[in-house]
Amino acid sequence: MAEVHKEPQEFTLRIRRYDPESGEPAYWDEHTVELEPHRSVLEGILQARARFDGSIGIRCSCRAAICGSCGVRINGQPGLACHTHLDKAVASSRDGVIEVEPMGNMPVLKDLIVDMDQVHWKKVQRVTPWLVNKQPIPEREYIVPAYNMVDVTQSMACIQCGACVSDCLSMEVDPLFIGPAALAKAYRFVGDPRDAQQFERLKDLAEDPHGIYDCTHCFKCIEACPKGVAPMNQIMRLRRMAGDVHGINDRNNGHRHEIVFAHLIRDHGLLWEAELLPRSYGGDSFFGKFHPAAGAELVSSLPAITKALVRGKVTPMGALKPHKLPKQDLGQIHSIYDKVEGREEPYELNLYVTGYDEDESGAEGMPSAETGTPGMEPEESPSR
Amino acid sequence: MKVAYWPGCVSRGFTPELHGSMAKVAPLLDIELVALDRACCTGAGVIAEHNQELADTLNARTFALAQQVKGADLMMNICSTCQGAQTECQERLDANADYREHVNGTLAEQGLQYEKGLTNKNFLWVLVEELGLDELRSRVKRPLTDLRVGPFYGCYIVRPVDRLGIDDELPRDTYLGQVIEALGGTVIEYAGSHKCCGFPIITMNKEVSLKQAGRHLGDAKDADADCLVTPCPLCHLNLDLQQPLAERLVGRELDMPVLHLPQLVGLALGLEPKELGLQRHVVKPTSVIDWSTSIVAGV
Ligand code: SF4
Ligand code: SF4
Ligand code: FES
Repeated sequence: MAEVHKEPQEFTLRIRRYDPESGEPAYWDEHTVELEPHRSVLEGILQARARFDGSIGIRCSCRAAICGSCGVRINGQPGLACHTHLDKAVASSRDGVIEVEPMGNMPVLKDLIVDMDQVHWKKVQRVTPWLVNKQPIPEREYIVPAYNMVDVTQSMACIQCGACVSDCLSMEVDPLFIGPAALAKAYRFVGDPRDAQQFERLKDLAEDPHGIYDCTHCFKCIEACPKGVAPMNQIMRLRRMAGDVHGINDRNNGHRHEIVFAHLIRDHGLLWEAELLPRSYGGDSFFGKFHPAAGAELVSSLPAITKALVRGKVTPMGALKPHKLPKQDLGQIHSIYDKVEGREEPYELNLYVTGYDEDESGAEGMPSAETGTPGMEPEESPSR
Repeated sequence: MKVAYWPGCVSRGFTPELHGSMAKVAPLLDIELVALDRACCTGAGVIAEHNQELADTLNARTFALAQQVKGADLMMNICSTCQGAQTECQERLDANADYREHVNGTLAEQGLQYEKGLTNKNFLWVLVEELGLDELRSRVKRPLTDLRVGPFYGCYIVRPVDRLGIDDELPRDTYLGQVIEALGGTVIEYAGSHKCCGFPIITMNKEVSLKQAGRHLGDAKDADADCLVTPCPLCHLNLDLQQPLAERLVGRELDMPVLHLPQLVGLALGLEPKELGLQRHVVKPTSVIDWSTSIVAGV
């Protein structure tokens, strides 16, 4: 057997310190601790606190990635301090020193402790985070189809650590955005067939200017989450259900934008930007752009558009005339649209539920842009 | 190297200088472009949001067309968003044989078939992984000496890392910096390099959208960048075309030129700024080019 026990070694932590009551600005503090490399960054912080400075502020409880208390940024990336090994943290550091900071998008209470109440928990409360029973309540238990149950367990896996909130890029400029954790929680109930308020929940989240259509689709929350909740994917499901299942035509242009986009591709094969914008505001027809809302939008975009015209970036003819695919290909695109959109139920492959096929070649699990034909095998590529 | 080339829509619509400069640069790197001119828009994630199977089928059609290109080494795109949207669909198609068969059933009517395991790489990945940085360096005619360039990746090409195959061996989220260095320029680190330009919500929440763009442009300016470079034309729309509005929203002057990746490469390979369509940008790249002599700054 390979050796299990590794000798303790030295790790240096650079910890962001801040005490709002002191009136002093934030500063960095370094401590060197001695621990086995597989121990966690949290253990490192706790040792520094025990041995060198009892005033270091850190929140923790379970120390086993269950309670969600110890969310921090390690070398700039959000995560759980108790779930990050010291040796891994050193490897991802800039200069061999492990940098630990409080999470972003929330005010710092002290050192590594942020105010979850003011931001995270308020937003979670905002989405009615409980089940509203369908009536009449059956005499015995509700039966939920297995597919739906597995589907919602992805958002149920959330431990409310706030790592996704910390790095959300829409929230960075719009503190009112409901945000990834709360919207993932919203999907947990929207996707539950026992809930009576699917439509009301979706309508509420679609109409709120800081709701589902305020997410900029940046994937940050997917990367941040230590529990695989993939909040952005849940937000996209909320959008799909709001717009395409319930036909909610929100005032944020979210659903119109999506429909116009899909229709333009159907009609032209390629995106025709000059029509996308005004139609998203005004409505999905050639006349959409003459709608008052579209007019207002055009006026507010005017400086950009005039400049683009002056620079010859966009020629008037180029902007007005769509580029199109050849007829035969457009025909093929149409028939794909007709067939797929004509299905009674939309067919959605949820990889969280189905998992991945066993790879016949025996290579490791996840498929990526890297694998396969045509052409060179990755190993043959130069400069690798 | 011969590639099945997917130029995307925006690169032929609102940012024609992107497709144009790619066409000029390719022969200088011995890349033969076979354009997939029968293929349709990737859906940019929006069609997938509307109907996942529709997006998967449309992209499977594109993949099938790419696989028909005789002698192509791989498929290549020049848009971060195309890369991300296509890779997302490919992930589902490759993950599940039944699903693939189902989608291929729709394509069969058109005599097309997608076979699992296409290699689809953005021009940025092709530069580093296929051509190689040494080779690129050896072809530089006019090094971008003293030019301070901030990389701007675009979300779709850096996240999620497992789907995009980014790891220690393929640190694709560092390639722009490596390319800038190979071209002789200086890489500027700033907070916004891997963040979102805000484009996906430009029609839904313009203020939040352009505040993001403005913030990153401002951060780059504070870090003393001369210009930004991006492999994504949608980022270019928010960062360049909309920069005047972004300036208003963040309340500061920005004046930050934003180059498409093939334009930056083209300059270093000795092409003229005009050939690369640099005069078409909304923010004039005066810090990059001395327009009287067409010389790259600092050379
Ligand atoms: S994908 Fe949306 S919710 Fe997630 S971090 Fe980005 S903006 Fe926030
Ligand atoms: S979704 Fe993930 S990152 Fe966000 S709070 Fe829940 S567990 Fe933490
Ligand atoms: S201490 Fe409980 S999750 Fe880290």
